[in-house]
Amino acid sequence: MKTETEFVKGNEALALGALKAGMNAYFAYPITPSSEIPETLAKEFRSPEYPEFKIFLQAMNELEAINMVIGAASTGAKAMTATSGPGFSLKQEGISYAAAMEIPFLVVDVNRAGPGLGNLGPEQSDYFQATKGGGHGGYKTIVLAPNSVQEMAAFPALGFSLAFKHRTPVLMLVDAFLGQVKEDIVFPKIAQEKFETPWAATGARGAERHLILSLHLDFEDQRKHAEHLKSKYEEIDTMEQRSEEYLTSDAEVVLVAFGVVSRLCRRAVNELRAKGVRAGLFRPVTLSPFPARGLKSLADRGIRKFIVVELNVGQMVYDVKLAVEGKGSVDLIYKLGGFLPTTADIVHRVEMASG
Amino acid sequence: MTTLQDKATGEYEVKLGRLPTLTGKPTHYCAGCEHGVLTRLIANAIEELGLREKTVMIDSVGCSVMAHEYINVDAIQSPHGRAPAVMTGIKKVRPDLLVFAVQGDGDAVAIGLLELIYAASRGAPITVFLVNNAIYGMTGGQMAPTTPRGMVTTTTPRGRDLKDTGPVMDASKLLAGLEGPSYVKRVFLPVTPMGSTDLYSARGSLEGAKSVLNAFKVQLMGGFSFVEFVSTCSVNWKMSVLESKRYSFEVLAKLFPPGLYVDKMGVEKK
Repeated sequence: MKTETEFVKGNEALALGALKAGMNAYFAYPITPSSEIPETLAKEFRSPEYPEFKIFLQAMNELEAINMVIGAASTGAKAMTATSGPGFSLKQEGISYAAAMEIPFLVVDVNRAGPGLGNLGPEQSDYFQATKGGGHGGYKTIVLAPNSVQEMAAFPALGFSLAFKHRTPVLMLVDAFLGQVKEDIVFPKIAQEKFETPWAATGARGAERHLILSLHLDFEDQRKHAEHLKSKYEEIDTMEQRSEEYLTSDAEVVLVAFGVVSRLCRRAVNELRAKGVRAGLFRPVTLSPFPARGLKSLADRGIRKFIVVELNVGQMVYDVKLAVEGKGSVDLIYKLGGFLPTTADIVHRVEMASG
Repeated sequence: MTTLQDKATGEYEVKLGRLPTLTGKPTHYCAGCEHGVLTRLIANAIEELGLREKTVMIDSVGCSVMAHEYINVDAIQSPHGRAPAVMTGIKKVRPDLLVFAVQGDGDAVAIGLLELIYAASRGAPITVFLVNNAIYGMTGGQMAPTTPRGMVTTTTPRGRDLKDTGPVMDASKLLAGLEGPSYVKRVFLPVTPMGSTDLYSARGSLEGAKSVLNAFKVQLMGGFSFVEFVSTCSVNWKMSVLESKRYSFEVLAKLFPPGLYVDKMGVEKK
């Protein structure tokens, strides 16, 4: 059987993937390099192909957009918004409230270079903001990091699934390169999941009310709520760590990279192998929960050299250091400004470090 | 059940006593505060429409952030000022629900003005009740955009100086200038002195009760409705309850004159 490949831009694949996952509502605010997501959705809005896609509304800023998502998701709808760094900062307020109120939805950050306006090139510099609870008050969300246009199409379904399963906002951290690049993909057959939402605020049923609250003035109430969230984060940490490994079984040095950088590192591993360096790759798929168990088991197996490659001044490198628990050295190769490193760059730097 | 009736016109009754739409819990509102009055007016209107099980209320940040403790309907707490956006999201997905928020003047007119203006401009079928007591109540008496010139607050200890802060913001007039809203009304809610003695009239409550009901009716007909309730805050104004009523009558009623600003659907005539 011939498979239908399509040549699609990352942001478009993500938008279409969300539609195929049965997204009900999208609240938009344009920002480069994420705007093809709302543009694609606006085109498909009211298309008979996506009967579940009932709401598309362009908000007047990111605060409106994220709060519209909160409202829609509070009724149990599959709701989503997407943005890039400066807008992602504004969305943190809403994400904090939603984490507290346990409202499931999907937020995409197509990471451009920063801080401030920065530029429109790819970076992974929103890693801390995405993975460490970028808003106030100490919370966690699930963060997915696709590394191909194929995964851009597939991850919205995974995101909604995890969001409703754990009643939490789910983020997708996508570097600007993946948002903009075109690749041949096959749209995955996605079974549209129906989620049970007995908590949704859709009107009281007799004495039974749905209260979606984040204010716990009584210290004991707040303590219990915070402990409940902590248990949930521990459960997510146990259940949802996802990663991929490439040629790690006999590796002496393991590159650790996510997003587009993991693609470059895979090629670098091949080139290093050709030169006789036994290199491997560890690719976090979930950045939160961070796949620490996978990395630790590599360290436990005796791998003593880890090299993190990322598009920021060194953020994931701290999570890697924590994961390997001092059993191996953890070095950093970084690239800033919206540039991607070349494979030759990475190979050279790994050779130097392995020297 | 006891009722409070407008004897002059006989056209509307407010039910007193226990209502299923009230939890029956005593409110935390300060003595003389109009939030408590509005709580009852809202419950009364929801019962009149028979929509208790079709209602989602937003607990908006400010003195009404615990409104769900008193009004017995589904509720969502929104970030400060964002209630109109949250309501828009709910209503887009579930147009069958009655959705409203009680917002303070800090919440709606300061931090949340953009969300208010654009919900109104779109004509989102939601209802905002603004309790304008001319000051930040819950945070302890700081200047609000609605604070009258010269009023002493904790952040204007020498009185509000309009040279620094700009003029007093009038939310009803602002919204009335937009094309989107279907119903914009300002009601003077405090009990009103009758003549020179300490006799007071609750005409404001009856006007308020009608306005709440009309605002909901407008929403159910698909329009954006907004009612501003000019109110008092004796505690943060550092006045007795009686003094605060007099002050509201003498100062706020002139600064924020009650009136029907927009009524596109003609609900006031019906």
